[in-house]
Amino acid sequence: MITEIFIAPFADYEFMRRALMGSVALALSGAPLGVFLILRRMSLAGDALSHAILPGAAVGYLVAGLSLPAMTFGGLVAGLLIAFATGLASRLTTLREDASLAAFYLVSLALGVTLVSLRGSNVDLLHVLFGSVLGLDDAALMLLAGVSTLTLATLAVFYRALVLDTLDPMFLRQTTAMGEAIPFLFLTLVVLNLVAGFHALGTLMAVGLIMLPAASARLWTVRLAATLPASAAIGAACAYVGLVFSYVTGAPTGPAIILAAGIVYFLSLVFGRAGGLLRLRRPRRHLEG
Amino acid sequence: MTDTPAPAAPGTIRLVNLTLAYDRHPAVHHLDGVIAPGEALAVCGPNGAGKSTLLKALAGILAPLGGHIDRSGVDARNVAYLPQQADIDRDFPIDLGDFVALGATRRVGLMGRMAAAEAIRAKNALKRVGLDGMEERPIGTLSGGQMQRALFARLIVQDLPVILLDEPFGAIDDATAEELLGLIPEWVTEGRSVVAVLHDLDLARRAFPQTLLLARQRIAWGPTAEVLTPENLARARAMSAAYDRDARECLIDETETHDH
Repeated sequence: MITEIFIAPFADYEFMRRALMGSVALALSGAPLGVFLILRRMSLAGDALSHAILPGAAVGYLVAGLSLPAMTFGGLVAGLLIAFATGLASRLTTLREDASLAAFYLVSLALGVTLVSLRGSNVDLLHVLFGSVLGLDDAALMLLAGVSTLTLATLAVFYRALVLDTLDPMFLRQTTAMGEAIPFLFLTLVVLNLVAGFHALGTLMAVGLIMLPAASARLWTVRLAATLPASAAIGAACAYVGLVFSYVTGAPTGPAIILAAGIVYFLSLVFGRAGGLLRLRRPRRHLEG
Repeated sequence: MTDTPAPAAPGTIRLVNLTLAYDRHPAVHHLDGVIAPGEALAVCGPNGAGKSTLLKALAGILAPLGGHIDRSGVDARNVAYLPQQADIDRDFPIDLGDFVALGATRRVGLMGRMAAAEAIRAKNALKRVGLDGMEERPIGTLSGGQMQRALFARLIVQDLPVILLDEPFGAIDDATAEELLGLIPEWVTEGRSVVAVLHDLDLARRAFPQTLLLARQRIAWGPTAEVLTPENLARARAMSAAYDRDARECLIDETETHDH
């Protein structure tokens, strides 16, 4: 019975194995990025960037049809363009980053919709919005795995820079000329993960797999070195549970994975040891000194 | 201190006809002067006198609108700068030991390994500022005075030849200020230049042999006792900090020999 539900789907069907690998790859790299997004108070930036990617992917679709390279390239170009324009605008003008991002992604979204309408083609954007984790081909899987590897390696190499850029950006800029580049590097990683993620989960759902496990992990530990792997583990577990749920009930996979992550998040909100509801309402006895 | 350009010793900072401005309104107007290595300089003056602005320029964060700063070949990045309101995210999950150790970033590189020697250096710095044994405390749990001590510990770990402090004793109790003030003669003995913006003239008189009295323009610059006289202070106060919306273009020339 247990085996039938939890193991058999993956043992029996290759598409389930591919779905698992793809979504776990995304969870492993996306969730730690989400932790940094939360620390940088940019939790909604991921959502905004996912909208910015959408038109690029749609244009790729218009030009080349349902082709992975075209849609990936389109999404990547649109996402990076918005990320860099935002970074530049907030550094060179008086407008803050959130205002610039809001302005740019809305323009990008409008431009994308306009382009699609002008072509007069009735593009089915559902694929882009909600992905198709059960239809991951070799190329999509390689893209997910490659982006995941690249992201984790970059996070490891630039860990101190990312910490400093979040903790004390003025100190980082004063210390090294590379300081200015770190926010761009970080946004590039976010865009890469969103672009890779939209094949599996769709742009909107990919943001969920980035943010929800990160928010959950933050509620369990105050140590960053523990939060990052914890978020990745929670994300991977949610991907697995969501796929099983989707297989058993026939629910769409992307939303099923995000709902699993949502349940973990709500549980963490209540029971989390580092800032959860119960711990804050009923603190442990105070110490002697 | 003299205005005649002599061959500068390494580490000398020369301000040459320096004008710093926001929106073209000068905050520091045609300032000349020299900061020698191993000199402790207090920068005093009324609010709006351009003290913090001068420090930002010395730190290389604000580009001069006129004139220039000659650091005699020393990179602006070899300047340690403690802003008045450090832009630090106190909610960031990092403990005190790691926070202070990050002062070594310039030395070990952004990607370099934090060797054990750096951990010891951070530990010693914490001990020097009276925070020993608190390495594991998250920075979010520190009091204002403890945070200021931590920032001084980071300055010690940074180990740079020029140290800029903006109102470093502004919001801390006397005992803490007293202890941190003790670091300044040590830094001077080690050959570092220390430039501190101070509103407490008493602190300037006690720990800083040199003082610049600034009121957008230089009122006086020299030995502290000669600068902080009642007449000079009255002149500084008389300087209007008002922001003149209809100010016309300043026609004083920007050449380097100019003096006023």
